[in-house]
Amino acid sequence: MNKLRHTLTSLILFYIPLLATLLFVLLPFLWDISTSLKREEDILSSTIHYFPSPITFDNFIKVWSVNKFSGFFINSLFICLVSVIFVAILSITNGYALSRFKFAGKNLFMLILLSTQMLPVILFVIPLFLIFKSMGLMNTPYAIILFYIVSQVAFNTLLMKGFIGGIPKEIDEAAMVDGASRFRVIFTIITPVILPGIVATAAFAFIGCWNEFLVAFSFLTSASKFTIPIGLKYLIGQYSVEYGSLAAGSIIGLIPPILLFMYIQRFLIQGLAGGSVKG
Amino acid sequence: MKLEQQTTGSTFGAAGRKRKLSKWVGEDRFLPYVLVVPTLILIAVIMFFPILKVFELALRNYDMTRPQDFGFAGLSNFREILFHDELFPSSLWITVKWVVIEVVLQLVFGLIVALLLNQTFRFRGVVRSLVLIPWAVSGVLTTMLWSLMFNQHIGVINDLLKKLGIIHENIAWLANTHTVFGSVIVAELWRGIPFFAVALLAALQSIPQDIYESCDVDGAGKVRKLFSITLPYLKESIIFSTMLRAIWEFNSMDMIYTMTDGGPMNMTTTLPVYMFKTAILNGNYGYASAMGVITFFVLMIFVIGYLKLSRSDQDE
Repeated sequence: MNKLRHTLTSLILFYIPLLATLLFVLLPFLWDISTSLKREEDILSSTIHYFPSPITFDNFIKVWSVNKFSGFFINSLFICLVSVIFVAILSITNGYALSRFKFAGKNLFMLILLSTQMLPVILFVIPLFLIFKSMGLMNTPYAIILFYIVSQVAFNTLLMKGFIGGIPKEIDEAAMVDGASRFRVIFTIITPVILPGIVATAAFAFIGCWNEFLVAFSFLTSASKFTIPIGLKYLIGQYSVEYGSLAAGSIIGLIPPILLFMYIQRFLIQGLAGGSVKG
Repeated sequence: MKLEQQTTGSTFGAAGRKRKLSKWVGEDRFLPYVLVVPTLILIAVIMFFPILKVFELALRNYDMTRPQDFGFAGLSNFREILFHDELFPSSLWITVKWVVIEVVLQLVFGLIVALLLNQTFRFRGVVRSLVLIPWAVSGVLTTMLWSLMFNQHIGVINDLLKKLGIIHENIAWLANTHTVFGSVIVAELWRGIPFFAVALLAALQSIPQDIYESCDVDGAGKVRKLFSITLPYLKESIIFSTMLRAIWEFNSMDMIYTMTDGGPMNMTTTLPVYMFKTAILNGNYGYASAMGVITFFVLMIFVIGYLKLSRSDQDE
């Protein structure tokens, strides 16, 4: 009797809410996958088909070549990888400075970093337009990369500070007694030790860049330069919407962040739990 | 020692200065500055200079459609926004509604999800990954997924609700003034709840387990434990993530803009959407900048509030 009551409570308090959560989360993905594999006439028919029959990959082929998603994919990849490399290097050096030294202006630096997160991106779009124009960077990936580095570096620095703070200072000192310079210590001793943390934060920055819409939409004007979110936006913007292409395009856009996210989520929770976000 | 003094003395000039510089850079007194300077320069160019520029533009006529009128305008942009623009108060109100509803619901559901995912059960790792995935999905992608489901004719939501007997006719969720706001709220919740779940799950895992054990000895129930241990422990994380999220939701426009374009009848025109349309689509930078300045001050209230809350935490 007691056991039955226990099972019932855990069913109501645990399994049903968990199932509801999973349903809410997964339904849009499942519907998207199903739509992407349907023929256009099955998508548009007034009776809803829950499963694609027959299954077709035409939408993927079309969106990849005709709608030029292959190009958008490469653009996105280039912009994100370059941004992430710089973000990683800068957040390691910043994180090292913050976790190893006491220096005048340290708190001010933290405040400046945090303030980059406090202001709406929309506020920057107008003046950045003028700045990028005068620098000749309009409609180039480099404008976007510069912005992504700045917008991602704060959070990554805070995480990195936590990771580096976890390594005992004695290791640095031992290496320096042996004649290594600080820079050697940072890049040949500290970096390998926190590599899992670097991978996690880099992946996090990658997802942030991969998903960014507003800045890319404002500064990339020719279709050959578009990133995936902009490519998707232009698939909706037309008079007739091709849902099959849209669904297929969105799945192509989903693959890199989902793969990365599944890989990093364990590190990420650890990193956040390390107290690093508390500043 | 003597020898070294001599060498420095004899290489007075360029070489000596060079050596001095490299010694400076290597010295721990200056190293932290060397390490953070690249970031500071980038922030100055990409963030701080633009903010100053926004303040300058706000005081000017800067409408791309009327280049002959460029020039100093004083506070006329602000006067126009605050006293004559009907869309401004309505979009501010919609933004506030948007932020409050989103943040409260995301916090409540995010906490529930975090508590669920913190239990031990089979396939926990897989379930965790699945539940947190929407967080890795962009606003535009969220739009895609939900627009497809909300579609009046081919959407699965209408079909499911009809099969369950809840509605009898298809609803144009995103074109109907009564349903559009709620629909966008749901889509954003889908993406926002995982953010809170991640942040709170991390915090939950840092609570020392022995506290619960000593509580068990005292015979405290589950509810009691939630309110007297778990929630107080989470306080800092809750404040931090709520504040960040509130600012983020205030500024977010990618999803609303791509999902509804601010419509119908401006029912989903939030302040960022309005600013974006004014600046990019209509080319009126001066006017949009003035709105940006007002937004800046509204957000400062959030920031000061956050700093106050976190400071009072440190005092304890």
